[in-house]
Amino acid sequence: MSQQAQISGWTREEMAMRLAQDIPNGSYVNLGIGIPELVAKYVPEGRTLIYHTENGLLGMGPSPESGMGDPELINAGKRQVTANPGAAFFHHADSFAMIRGGHIDLCVLGAMQVSKDGDLANWSTGAPDAIPAVGGAMDLVAGVKSVYVITQHCTKHGEPKLVDSCTYPLTGCKVIDRIYTDLAVIDVTPHGFQLVELKPGIDFEYVQERTGAEVLPISNERDG
Amino acid sequence: MINKHVSSAAEAVCDVFDGATVMVGGFGEAGSPVELIHALIDQGATDLTVVSNNTGSGEVGLAALLKAGRVSKIICSFPRTANSTVFPDLYRSGKTKLELVPQGTLAERIRAGGAGIPGFYTPAAVGTPLAEGKESRQFEGQDYLLERGLKADFALIKGQIADKHGNVIYNKTARNFGPPMAMAANVSIVQAVQVVEPGEIDPENVVTPGIFVDRVVEVANPVHESVLVAEGVSYP
Repeated sequence: MSQQAQISGWTREEMAMRLAQDIPNGSYVNLGIGIPELVAKYVPEGRTLIYHTENGLLGMGPSPESGMGDPELINAGKRQVTANPGAAFFHHADSFAMIRGGHIDLCVLGAMQVSKDGDLANWSTGAPDAIPAVGGAMDLVAGVKSVYVITQHCTKHGEPKLVDSCTYPLTGCKVIDRIYTDLAVIDVTPHGFQLVELKPGIDFEYVQERTGAEVLPISNERDG
Repeated sequence: MINKHVSSAAEAVCDVFDGATVMVGGFGEAGSPVELIHALIDQGATDLTVVSNNTGSGEVGLAALLKAGRVSKIICSFPRTANSTVFPDLYRSGKTKLELVPQGTLAERIRAGGAGIPGFYTPAAVGTPLAEGKESRQFEGQDYLLERGLKADFALIKGQIADKHGNVIYNKTARNFGPPMAMAANVSIVQAVQVVEPGEIDPENVVTPGIFVDRVVEVANPVHESVLVAEGVSYP
């Protein structure tokens, strides 16, 4: 395994670029903090996405130029952003009505673990001395039409993040539709993990070895 | 004549009592009513239950209220904040209890409290540790949790412009929890950069109608929490 570990997967930027190809023009999108935020940089030319940030802005634009920001115009990660032409501000109850009411098309989140049933764990390790903090993750996964995860395939210690069942506290049950990792694109289906695409140069067995549940190869794709 | 204008932040918070439930607006520093919170620290009320999305940063604003030992319980979605060890220390020592609520559920509980709705069902947190002890029910084959509306004795809110009838408009993403909290508190207090005469805000632009607001106080140059934190300020 150590020799194979030399194989390099997609970088964070390439993962974000790969995911960005799959978002249709005109989508209302909520991007989580971290790698998910990178997706906005790689939206193909000719497509316009409208970004929602749960602290009360639709039509979020990029970071302001240095010195031009407003500490009261921030994103969910509490970083200063801008408002694009056509943007709207609203209060928190309306913002989560957009989320819970199924008005947001796509949410992209990071993950600690995703199970073959689409359960997500991404808010707590359950460690007794940790300060529990959940933010809007549970509302997002429960309400947004499609929920994609973007994550490294394995932890820093080489443990699979795609698992049979999550051992960390859950964010939501059966909520994840698709996973983009450094090695592959994988759908969550009623039959479990279904491979959609491999990173060029990486073979199926390499991905299966690093996944904590069966991965259905592309050739075995089932109907439904 | 209706005039909800009060002359100082101190006067605005003078009757907050020990044991009160106080909603505090803001998401991070955006919309955090720092001057009202500092006036509350000076006023001295203690054993407070605070409802707020975060727990403040550094040792100013909400973090300073916590550090002063005035908060026995906080109802919150994201109590982990950069630049602050105030809440983690209080939480680990058991001095401040935490009720952790998903952010959208927190917003809706506050809205419901203000709208006369004692409870509602939501899909958020089904199957998670935050569902423990909560009543659940199926609608059309989906599981939902019963969540209770939240009310408060006081709300502290930061606006941009308020008129003397209590109508409020906000600045950008500083709006966040202000409008639902104004509805949910018995006494809602708004600090605004400008307090104007009735009629100076176009009724089409009012975000929080004055019926939800009891007191407005002008704070013409509100401090920014991040600036105070960068300067190493510790209040008081």
